[in-house]
Amino acid sequence: METQLHEGFGQGLVKGLSVTLRTMLHRSVTVQYPHVRPDLPARSRGVIALKQENCTVCYKCSRECPDWCIYIDAHKETHEPAGGGRARSAKILDRFAIDYALCMYCGICVEACPFDALFWSREFDYAEYDIHELTHEKERLEEWTYTVLPPPPLEEGAEAPEEASA
Amino acid sequence: MIGDSSVFDTLVGGYWIPLVMKAAAVLVVFLVVPLAVGYMEHKVLAHMQARLGPMEAGAFHGWAQLVADGVKFIQKEDVVPAAADPGVFSLAPAVVLIPYIVTLVAIPFGPRLYALDLDVGVFFVLAMSSVGVIGILMAGWASANKFSLIGALRAAAQLIAYELPLVLVAAAVVMQAGSMSLLQITEAQSHYWNIVYPWQLVGFVIFMMAAVAELTRPPFDMPIADSEIIFGAYTEYTGLKFAFFLLSEYGGIVVMSAVASVLYLGGYQPLPGLAIIPGFLWMFGKIFALSFVIIWLRATFPRLREDQLQRFAWVGLTPLALALILVTSVYKVGV
Repeated sequence: METQLHEGFGQGLVKGLSVTLRTMLHRSVTVQYPHVRPDLPARSRGVIALKQENCTVCYKCSRECPDWCIYIDAHKETHEPAGGGRARSAKILDRFAIDYALCMYCGICVEACPFDALFWSREFDYAEYDIHELTHEKERLEEWTYTVLPPPPLEEGAEAPEEASA
Repeated sequence: MIGDSSVFDTLVGGYWIPLVMKAAAVLVVFLVVPLAVGYMEHKVLAHMQARLGPMEAGAFHGWAQLVADGVKFIQKEDVVPAAADPGVFSLAPAVVLIPYIVTLVAIPFGPRLYALDLDVGVFFVLAMSSVGVIGILMAGWASANKFSLIGALRAAAQLIAYELPLVLVAAAVVMQAGSMSLLQITEAQSHYWNIVYPWQLVGFVIFMMAAVAELTRPPFDMPIADSEIIFGAYTEYTGLKFAFFLLSEYGGIVVMSAVASVLYLGGYQPLPGLAIIPGFLWMFGKIFALSFVIIWLRATFPRLREDQLQRFAWVGLTPLALALILVTSVYKVGV
């Protein structure tokens, strides 16, 4: 009632009409998706890429994963050092797979990885006709690394990242 | 110009050939212009909501969307409810659609571009545009569905309420022009369109509001209020019959815009200095401009409540329209 006292008769109607007219005259922001690729931010959570050579098979990602969508199989190989002494052991990654039918894109695995083996990529269109195809094995996960973008530059005046000094 | 016969009669002699040509022309206009208005509604509504609307059908900005919709409607199953009265149920879409086609016959699109110059043009047009509600009542009753029946009764009540101001303001125009022929009314506006007279401007606003209400378009779309009664009288309809109801809605917009153009915006009369543009383009331009306004209202205003709707017509518009007749008669006698 308060606003009715202040506004003249029909003023609200005119205001409403002007809002719709102005909206019509503005350019629509819709992206015509299949024809035009959306320009997503570099850190969009589309798919998780695996850099195999950085993986030490520590299993931290698969243990932290809330819905157990990461499969890791590995075996241990020992190498006799050339100069003699105790044999050195190394873990060899046999299988690394992420089941994207289960993954909820929480990113905890990326956070948990201590050796920068997992990265977010902004690619998102990997739908399949068969749900089993959504389990990406390590070769496919490796391919996603080529789509990983460098992190965007920090904003002006932002604190320098802690690891930058190292 | 006046007294000249229609271009269809002078082009070829005889009785039957011009008649068939007129009927064909009216049908073509009725099938093309409402589809264009329907497409305009898709696009205008979309852009007013910061969307794009149809973009795929027909490759260029979805121009063929309504054609695609029509093809889809044809393919749909034609369902008649078990409890429905099949004859009346099937006849109702035609009763709604055909009067709008018939109305177009009397509307002049140019000094000689018309199918029929009726002496009772305004009367004929307004009478015909009201026949449709019988079809809606038939649809509502024959559907054997409570929502359909409520919707149909609302439509009928709305038509009775809004037909009155509509006819009264049209009568004011008739008084000013001294004729009921739509052609004569247009010719009477060759110097000044009716809308430049302040009281006729008010009449124009009343006419458009009443026309929107007669077409049961938002904000006066109580008869098809989807949140209350699903889709009113059209609830049980599918396929082609439903498409006919939709087509008659757009046809109604075209017809009402055309009548409003003739009564208030000078029909095919050009703006001063722009007579080089042919009359029928002016007419179609005015029709599309008024159709745009009707769509604009839909995009902007929320639906009125049923009692607000009735109150607005009986307490607001009808007395105003009566006063308008008084002013017009004073002007007519005094000047």
